Amino acid sequence: MSQINLTINGNRQTLDVPSMKRLLDVLREDLHLTGTKEGCGEGECGACAVLLDGELVNSCLVPALQVNGSRLCTIEGVSTEGRLHPIQQCFLERGGAQCGICTPGMILATHHLLDKYPNPTMEQIQEGLAGNLCRCTGYMRIFESVQQAAQQLVVIRNFDLSS
Amino acid sequence: MSERTPILGGSPLRKEGRAKVLGAAKYIDDLSLPGMWYGATVRASIARGTIRSITFSPDIDWSEYTIVRASDIPGENTIVHLTKDHPCLAEHAINHPEEPILLLAHPEKSALLAALKNIHIDYDELPGVFTIEESETAVENNDADRIIWPGSDQGGTANCFKKYLMYSGDAKETEDGLAAAFETADFVVEGEYHTGAQEQLYIENNGVIAECFRDATGAIESVCVRGSMQCPYYLVHALTLVFNLPQDKCRVIQVETGGAFGGKEDFPSVIGSHAALLAMKSGHPVKITYDRAEDMAATTKRHPSRTRHRTAVSKDGKLLGGTIEVTIDGGAYATLSPVVLSRATIHAPGPYKWPHIRVRAKAMATNIPPHGAFRGFGAPQSLFGLERHMDKIAKTIGLTPEELRRRNFLATGDCTATGQPLVEPVDMQHLLTRALNEAGYHEKIARYAEENKHSSIKRGVGFAAFMHGTGFTGSGERRLNSLVHVDVMEDGRPHILVSSTEFGQGTNTILSQVAAQTLRLPYEDIVVAQPDTSVVPDSGPTVASRTAMIVGKLIERASLQMLTLLRDEQKLPEDFTPEEFKTAALAYRAQHGSLRSSVRYEPPAKIYWDDDLYRGDAYPGYAWAVYVAEVAVDMNTYMATCTRFDALQEVGMVMHPVLAKGQIEGGVAQGIGYALYEKCMWKDGRMMNNQMTNYIMPTSADLPPIHVHFEEVPCIHGPGGAKGIGELPMDGPAPAILNAIENATGVAFNTIPLLPEDIFERFTSFTDPALGGTEDLDPSVDRDTRVEAPEVTA
Repeated sequence: MSQINLTINGNRQTLDVPSMKRLLDVLREDLHLTGTKEGCGEGECGACAVLLDGELVNSCLVPALQVNGSRLCTIEGVSTEGRLHPIQQCFLERGGAQCGICTPGMILATHHLLDKYPNPTMEQIQEGLAGNLCRCTGYMRIFESVQQAAQQLVVIRNFDLSS
Repeated sequence: MSERTPILGGSPLRKEGRAKVLGAAKYIDDLSLPGMWYGATVRASIARGTIRSITFSPDIDWSEYTIVRASDIPGENTIVHLTKDHPCLAEHAINHPEEPILLLAHPEKSALLAALKNIHIDYDELPGVFTIEESETAVENNDADRIIWPGSDQGGTANCFKKYLMYSGDAKETEDGLAAAFETADFVVEGEYHTGAQEQLYIENNGVIAECFRDATGAIESVCVRGSMQCPYYLVHALTLVFNLPQDKCRVIQVETGGAFGGKEDFPSVIGSHAALLAMKSGHPVKITYDRAEDMAATTKRHPSRTRHRTAVSKDGKLLGGTIEVTIDGGAYATLSPVVLSRATIHAPGPYKWPHIRVRAKAMATNIPPHGAFRGFGAPQSLFGLERHMDKIAKTIGLTPEELRRRNFLATGDCTATGQPLVEPVDMQHLLTRALNEAGYHEKIARYAEENKHSSIKRGVGFAAFMHGTGFTGSGERRLNSLVHVDVMEDGRPHILVSSTEFGQGTNTILSQVAAQTLRLPYEDIVVAQPDTSVVPDSGPTVASRTAMIVGKLIERASLQMLTLLRDEQKLPEDFTPEEFKTAALAYRAQHGSLRSSVRYEPPAKIYWDDDLYRGDAYPGYAWAVYVAEVAVDMNTYMATCTRFDALQEVGMVMHPVLAKGQIEGGVAQGIGYALYEKCMWKDGRMMNNQMTNYIMPTSADLPPIHVHFEEVPCIHGPGGAKGIGELPMDGPAPAILNAIENATGVAFNTIPLLPEDIFERFTSFTDPALGGTEDLDPSVDRDTRVEAPEVTA
């Protein structure tokens, strides 16, 4: 067992967990944050994607020990007091979520993508989401969701700058 | 202009969408019950044989575990679908390498892996049969050692689960007509087409939690299974047999389901029964969730197939007669193979007029885990063969693929191959014209022919024309006899009670739209009850593109009936506000204790089907489509890529444009995977690439732009004129893509999946490697097909 300190969705936590326990299991079992999903357990599908110090990682491949002292953001940290983040709102409106199982990882991947490229090209979107598999949508509605979210976030940022 | 109202035909937000984007939706692995244990399955390690002994290693303290074997089953040892050949747990005989033999449960999930490794099973092995051809050969040679399935009283014969023989008319007249057609035709064209297995690859694996309740005497009183599934009442039926309990003592609750595509149609009956047995014996709720490797290896896939065509054609391109033989690999047990085969049979002649046609179809047994339902359900297999064959005929007789089809399309008033008159308007000519225009087909055909001469990237375009029947085949809907309720609860809101499930396709949303539209209430006011068989009636399984059209229509009728009731009894005005509705409904409830409108399926008067002759109205309605694919084949890497896709379909009136586009795009993506990416590798009946690492589905970076186009023609059978949509998009992509590859390279490929190594092998197998990739390759001498005496006698 190791003692792990981390900041998760803005809250500081201290946990006693086996050092090599998968971050995915720490989130789901110890912290009851079940929005992070397991699809393949081998880093292929991205259903378990979270943001670790701002980087997109597959939590099924990260041992608990590695997140000591880190900042984590999971799907539960994307909305604010039940208010949907613009990315979530756009996925909802544009049909970016069907069965919903890839959606948390896809939304975090989008978050990461739009941090890196506020005005992404289609190629950047396709590449940026290529680590997150979706079997329902054929991705077209997801691309639309991402494009709409990008536009809204640019408007919000400009508003923030001008106010 | 059609009359459109704001709810049906609009795109309200997905009912459960908010919970999904928040990550708050609870799937089975997110749930846990007090005192819950975890279950695992001990599977065979051979493809065929008998169990000699089972040894438990002394290294494990087995007293901590619950162990279930076949002898613990209180009822019948069977997972029932259409026959009872499929055991719940193997007792002696092993028929495929993932056959479940024992079940284990333990309070700690982590304790299961070590236990599985410490159980040793010895077998007396028998020879296995792994392909359609091996299974057929065993029958032909009367090879008793390789008769792996004995036949059944439900119509199967040795190694063959089911056969169909379908004629376009009276059997003798059709045979005579075919004989004459083949005798006199200008051309007789033959072809053989193969499709591989395909994994559904829902991102959420199969999983359930089961409970077992006992009465004061300790006797089993009831079981309850929650899980990821499409068809709660299928599992209820399975449990009644395994536990020898009445239906009302077998409760099944569908929880949020992370994709299904047919893969959670029949398999939950297996995993659900297993978990319930462990719950029974352990005295604890038991959760079984498969990991990806187990899910891919042990659960169902799309049936591999072989389709053979022999077609008599006149020199002006008229189909004179045809014989089609469709054979599917059913795996080790019959499961759903007879009904998959039925859809393959009926769709095999496609959207064409055949003066005489005979379709022979059979489902063969192999020692592979049983194949099962997957979007399209037999139609993608036989339509792949047909639409590749149509291009072959065109090439053989010197017509364009477009012109050949135009000369043979079915039209309004014609009869399909089963003798079903097409009463509702069908305009394949227009669909083809529009699809080719949307895709820029003609311009590209000309341009790529020129550009390809000077490029190692060969580009091409191809298309497929097809249809998909909505709802259960033949008399299926009559037998299902589906029931729905619309209740108004104490909150004054209408609740939809159906066993139709949501697994991403939009059931909750479209049924709410139908109810809101019909009841003239806001969409937000409609509530969809969780599918819990102790609450919802059996509205049939959520399969066969039947939910929108069949169940949707029942909801429409139930809603209309409720309005009539409230008008008659509560003086609800003809034109009312939502508030007036609520007042009237609550007043009715106050008087009668409840307000429920129930409606049962009534077959349209004119629908008739003969199961013995396989003739009549096969489906209440068909969706019609033309799909156009554009490809690029890199002659250096032998990689074929789909670079643009246009999908045009007539699916009645579109209920929800955003969801409908999502359905088509998702289906096309799966179809592109089926054609170019997804290959199941087998060794002695076992899937060898049962990981997402080596079974490759298309990613966001692999797919081309998919352009979806609808042609809206109202259908009388569906709510608001809608037809089914879910399976259709799986049928067209594979043949369209391979037709495009032939257009690009001049070479006919007739087997999918078609991976770079397959293209490489083909191009390098010609006698002179220098010829690889040139136009000199003659498509008529490919290894899969041949053309018989294509003499032009004009």
